[in-house]
Amino acid sequence: MSQFGKIVIILVSMVLVDNYPLAQFLGICPFLGVSTDLDSAKGMGVAVTFVMTLATIVTWPVQQLLDKFGIGYLQTVVFILIIAALVQFVEMFMKKNMPALYKSMGIYLPLITTNCAVLGVCISNIDKGYTYAESIAQAFGGGIGFWFALTIMAGVRSRLVDQSRIPKSFQGVPIVLTTAAILSLAFMGFQGMFG
Amino acid sequence: MNTIVIAIVLVSVIGILAGILLSYASKIFAVKEDQLFIDLRAELPGANCGGCGFAGCDDYAHALADKSLNTPCNKCAVGGPAVAEKLAGILGTNAGDTERKISFVACNGTNENAKKLYDYKGVTSCKAAKTLFGGVESCLYGCQGLGDCEKACKFDAIHVCDGVATVERDKCTACGACVAACPQHLISLKPESSLVIVQCSNKDMGKAAMAVCKTSCIGCRMCERTCQHDAVHVTDNLAVIDPEKCVNCGACAEKCPKHCILNLSLKAKKVEEKTA
Repeated sequence: MSQFGKIVIILVSMVLVDNYPLAQFLGICPFLGVSTDLDSAKGMGVAVTFVMTLATIVTWPVQQLLDKFGIGYLQTVVFILIIAALVQFVEMFMKKNMPALYKSMGIYLPLITTNCAVLGVCISNIDKGYTYAESIAQAFGGGIGFWFALTIMAGVRSRLVDQSRIPKSFQGVPIVLTTAAILSLAFMGFQGMFG
Repeated sequence: MNTIVIAIVLVSVIGILAGILLSYASKIFAVKEDQLFIDLRAELPGANCGGCGFAGCDDYAHALADKSLNTPCNKCAVGGPAVAEKLAGILGTNAGDTERKISFVACNGTNENAKKLYDYKGVTSCKAAKTLFGGVESCLYGCQGLGDCEKACKFDAIHVCDGVATVERDKCTACGACVAACPQHLISLKPESSLVIVQCSNKDMGKAAMAVCKTSCIGCRMCERTCQHDAVHVTDNLAVIDPEKCVNCGACAEKCPKHCILNLSLKAKKVEEKTA
């Protein structure tokens, strides 16, 4: 298969089959926390996609460096360090040079610093033995998938959770978790595609 | 042994590099935060409710810090007069008139008082119900009682009781969320000191108003004639009280044949008597 074909398959499968929150259960906290309305879901989705891609661009070469010295097992520690520093740096950069973007993305950026989905994508790039281009495709697809899941969740929540009377014992977190579980079951239907 | 040294050195080097990069970046990309803004923001409650009309507390503090805008410092509904005074102290201006305001629902069409037009079994939303023949109530102006305001309230201060939205006056912060949410435009912010309030919004002529609700304002002008302070006037078949002129004597509430003027001071007295 051509390189391009591979990348397209990675992109699609990251959005549908290996969707981070719904199929791999990574990044659940922002998935439940920021999915209350479509506006914040959009802000968070864009920010996660951006940070995931950026983090992969930086961490993949670092892994090559670690492997060279034979300490590839330290990837988790090093990646956390790098991602945290990177997000801080990007935040400062945006605050100065892109105030409008900072205003729309600003509150969500610090939330992502220690997001497990971001660390997850960086480590899974290495585990799957992807090339640089494939890794970036996986990170971008993962971000889009996260955004996609977040948007669906926010849509469902604003309709179902806020506009209908829910039994008292189900209000709040229980109904949100139930919704997430059903969404996740629906995404199980994609399992095995593009395998 | 060697691997440990390499690991320690490499991770520390990466850490130090990141540290240097960040400290350097914080200088290059430093955005000068006004000390005034920092002080002002510290006084605001951080509820980010938007009651002040700005997009959150940060935005309001920015607007305050920019003195050319001349933003009034009494906009914070959650903090109330206490915060307004502190803000004024920082800005060195007058706190201005910050009498507490409270949401008031101008409808008393309880399940018993108002006739229902039909049995509504759709989405629990006043907006949705209003699209069906103008609402579930036979009174076109009345409270739908499906709780759009209740859902909008972040402070648990408004609830639908017996078919009509009712404000818990202690909890209300006058953020105005319910005012915006009500499709019938029944809710308004009234000063805390006005205790005699018309609890109806029906603008129909007497007979039509009488037909739909037991406590609707029929525009009989009894209140207008009773008032010795020229504070009540009937416009568009609906009594309106001017809070500036009203002295809360409650004479109009007593005379109203339909009992649609509410005298909160009486209510407060009753509660006091009960507790005493």
